[in-house]
Amino acid sequence: MSTSRIPHHISQQFDNELEDIRSKVLAMGGLVENHLKKVLATLSDGDFENAEYVAVNDFQVNSLEVEIDSDCTDILLRRQPAAGDLRLVLAVSKTITDLERIGDETEKIARLILQLSEPSALKTYYVGMLSMGNHVLQMLHRALDAFARMDSTAAFAVAREDREIDAETDVIMRNLITFMMEDPRAISPVLDAVLALRALERIGDHAHNICENVIYLVEGKDVRHVALEQVEEELRQRNR
Amino acid sequence: MQQKPEPHREATDISNNPANAGLSRRVDVDALRGSHGAQTQEADLPICIDVKNLNLFYSEKQALRDINLVIPEKRVTAFIGPSGCGKSTLLRCFNRMNDLIDNVRIDGEVNLQGENIFDASINIATLRRRVGMVFQKPNPFPKSIYENVAYGLRIQGIKARRVLDKAVERSLRRAALWDEVKDRVHDSALGLSGGQQQRLVIARAIAIEPEVLLLDEPASALDPISTLKIEELIYELKNDYTIVIVTHNMQQAARVSDFTAFMYMGDLIEVGSTKALFTAPEKKQTEDYITGRYG
Repeated sequence: MSTSRIPHHISQQFDNELEDIRSKVLAMGGLVENHLKKVLATLSDGDFENAEYVAVNDFQVNSLEVEIDSDCTDILLRRQPAAGDLRLVLAVSKTITDLERIGDETEKIARLILQLSEPSALKTYYVGMLSMGNHVLQMLHRALDAFARMDSTAAFAVAREDREIDAETDVIMRNLITFMMEDPRAISPVLDAVLALRALERIGDHAHNICENVIYLVEGKDVRHVALEQVEEELRQRNR
Repeated sequence: MQQKPEPHREATDISNNPANAGLSRRVDVDALRGSHGAQTQEADLPICIDVKNLNLFYSEKQALRDINLVIPEKRVTAFIGPSGCGKSTLLRCFNRMNDLIDNVRIDGEVNLQGENIFDASINIATLRRRVGMVFQKPNPFPKSIYENVAYGLRIQGIKARRVLDKAVERSLRRAALWDEVKDRVHDSALGLSGGQQQRLVIARAIAIEPEVLLLDEPASALDPISTLKIEELIYELKNDYTIVIVTHNMQQAARVSDFTAFMYMGDLIEVGSTKALFTAPEKKQTEDYITGRYG
């Protein structure tokens, strides 16, 4: 189901409204992605200005969520959408919730970094999160890309990567625990790092959810809480 | 921000997911052709009407093309589709209303409780008693409200006042009209509003205890409130009757029906549970129609 192949509605206005929420979601996604990028930049080069920017600007993400949510309500009310249109509105409505949460988690990481009593802690405790963070960023980027292109195959691929993120989290967590065991004075800053790690891992989960929304939108199948491989196989047989 | 609990990701059988319950009941028309009844077998519902290879011609023009469909018992099945797609024609086959039109040729079967209604042995009057019909425009007889409802029973030869009184009250109650007319049942039915007249006609149809109720655009001539009353009534009546409804109003089909069949140019394109058909139709033609796109 690619947008370009769908014939137009008899109501041109309805087409515009659907296109409008779609592009707003992508704009919101771009904003969230940019915030995550800035936080990761702070992790890599210690430039706290970037983290500051994110901490101050999360409100933009929130207000986009409210705006798109209101647009969805409007469409449900006026158009009573069915089939693919209905799934689009539902997928958008869920996706913006995930994006807003990603925004919150990103802001949380930014604030944790800004709270550090000594900047050197950034190098010690947070540096391990950089490569995982880039992986999460990649995942988010590709999830949004799958949404933009309504590509369920890509969505499946991205969703599967969440497991790798979880595995990376475990490795970093063990590392952080070692720091605490070695030196009790490290407990306080390392606990903060654990919270940041947890936030990063949650962003991966939300990217995974966005992929599930894309699969629902494209295939009309609810894939939450089921094994992805099984669903993929079922769809492959159906589309054969 | 509060931490959300980790979502479950363990492997479960997809059919256990309640969100997919509607989808698994969906039936492909082709599947239905091969082994009729797949639609109800999965939902485990008894079949009321079983249509097999039905073709209908008005003179040379074919109005229905090889229709295969089952109508489950005590459920609401809706026929949707653009004007002239054959949905009313199909509905009218179910109580042989098309017999009244010249130059109609029908082949195939319509089995009502396992009996082909086109068999020579079928008594048409009996068939129409079993399969009642209500039309777009209310058509009460120019008689009193009471006599309208009692009419079918009277021609069956029932004369006892007490029996008639009871049947009339029961039918009017079931048609959700009793409270509005109980003080004036002997007034002319033509004094009722359109919505009340339509409910009266439904009361008249159910007075003779049919098995099936065919509704051909029952609410399209009514105001929104009367329409909602009719829909509420349909919801109540499906406890006792198998209901087949033809409607142009897709939201209405989505609201009142359990199963929906989409027809286009004499073909049955897709049939399935209403939820599946309106959220994730299998055929592109269905999608285009219910979302209001150029087909």
